Amino acid sequence: MTAPLATESTALYDIPGPRTQQRHLVYGIISTILILALFGWLVHLLFDTDQFTAAKWRPFEYKGIQELLLRGLGNTLRAFAFASVLSIALGAVLAVGRLSDHRPLRWIATVLVEFFRAMPVLVMIFFIFVALKVQPLPALVAGLTLYNGSVLAEVFRTGVNSVERGQKEAAFSLGMRKTQVMTYVLVPQGIRAMLPTIISQLVVALKDTSLGYLITYEEFLHAGKLIASNLDYDLPFIPVVMVISPIYIGMCMLLSWFATWMARRQKRNPKTEAVDVAPAEPGTLLPGVQ
Amino acid sequence: MDVLTKNFSLYGKGFLGTVELTVYASVLALVLGFVMASCRVSPVGSFRVLGTVWVTVLRNTPLTLLFFAVLLGLPRFGLVLPFQLFAVIALGCYTSSFICEALRSGINTVPKGQGEAARSLGMTFGQTLSTVVLPQAFRSVIPPIGSTLIALAKNSAIAGAFSVTELLGTYKTLSELGYNIIWTFVWIAIGYLIITLFISAVFNVLEKRWGVAR
Repeated sequence: MTAPLATESTALYDIPGPRTQQRHLVYGIISTILILALFGWLVHLLFDTDQFTAAKWRPFEYKGIQELLLRGLGNTLRAFAFASVLSIALGAVLAVGRLSDHRPLRWIATVLVEFFRAMPVLVMIFFIFVALKVQPLPALVAGLTLYNGSVLAEVFRTGVNSVERGQKEAAFSLGMRKTQVMTYVLVPQGIRAMLPTIISQLVVALKDTSLGYLITYEEFLHAGKLIASNLDYDLPFIPVVMVISPIYIGMCMLLSWFATWMARRQKRNPKTEAVDVAPAEPGTLLPGVQ
Repeated sequence: MDVLTKNFSLYGKGFLGTVELTVYASVLALVLGFVMASCRVSPVGSFRVLGTVWVTVLRNTPLTLLFFAVLLGLPRFGLVLPFQLFAVIALGCYTSSFICEALRSGINTVPKGQGEAARSLGMTFGQTLSTVVLPQAFRSVIPPIGSTLIALAKNSAIAGAFSVTELLGTYKTLSELGYNIIWTFVWIAIGYLIITLFISAVFNVLEKRWGVAR
């Protein structure tokens, strides 16, 4: 979904006539000037507080510092890789549990999913790190896996349940067993429809790897903090933020765009005819509302 | 059990801290989200760009990075405020992008004909908005806003790690006092469950009362 074009009528506005268009043009120019002025003021503030002095930017020229940043980035990506693979696996297991015909299994899976979805990730990470005395990386990965795994379990379940009923009925009437119905008919279609949501949830996982900073895992933000607290370079905090955030935000944006692109592609895919392709949004369903 | 009874005031302070943070940040997020959503659906191009940039950037920012930048960065510009206020700003801005998206897709679910009919009856823009479009959008927007606010309550835990008084932060004091760390966390978890289940219950009631499946 993109922003509605000005030439298109919406529930809010009519198609603008020539006078309205002219008025909008005036508003547009005035607001652009205001926004640019605000932006300019921010840049001025940056200059005013000496954020662009050479001393604060010099550290980024050094090889050691660049390597420190790259190592941090590598650690972030490593945590993300582990967490995403493991949480997809955990999600699959929990989804199988929730879709099971055996009531006790279903209950256990439901309780686990609801509990881990209702807990802040950070509480889980701290619990594993502080109470169970685990190393930072496994603690971070375990916390992210538990949370994202249970969210993904719900995503998988919604995907499988959203396949048209006829598909399941047809498969059963062909004499397939439940496992066959699931593996040959429902899961392939459900997963395809849910791919955008799954990728969006991975964006959440990628963003949350930055929580590793709080448990002293040596990830990207931690590397930045080390540089920022260096007195030799006149405490280059703002420059560090200006270097780190575009990289972090850029990575997440790329993954988000990939999810949106996937959603658009899957909508045209004839293999998803029997399912509604979910929009690319992280699967944070309201607990208790189905 | 005695971890809770002996440190009730500490837990209570942390719990109230989390509740306060959640409430203030929710208000800020709802207001900012509304403003940004109106920017995103406005007929003026530059507002649309502003709204889109706001949402895309904030939605893809790790919250820890935002906290890091706001709590440790803004003081460098001579802006010195209590940490709790900084935390509210960071949380509120972050969540406002999700609220904005929820509101916008809510407005998009209102059929075009509704607005056209209202205008053809001679209603002004304000009347169309307040009596036709927004009441309908509100109904379909309840569950996503509920999810977002629950996420906000959970995200407030990050503030604790930046030395703002809230529930998760209590573990530090308690472990220094030598209490059983596992029970400490059990009570913290229950505290968060109370908050998230409460928000969830409120929105379930709202959904039952006003929600309409579209």
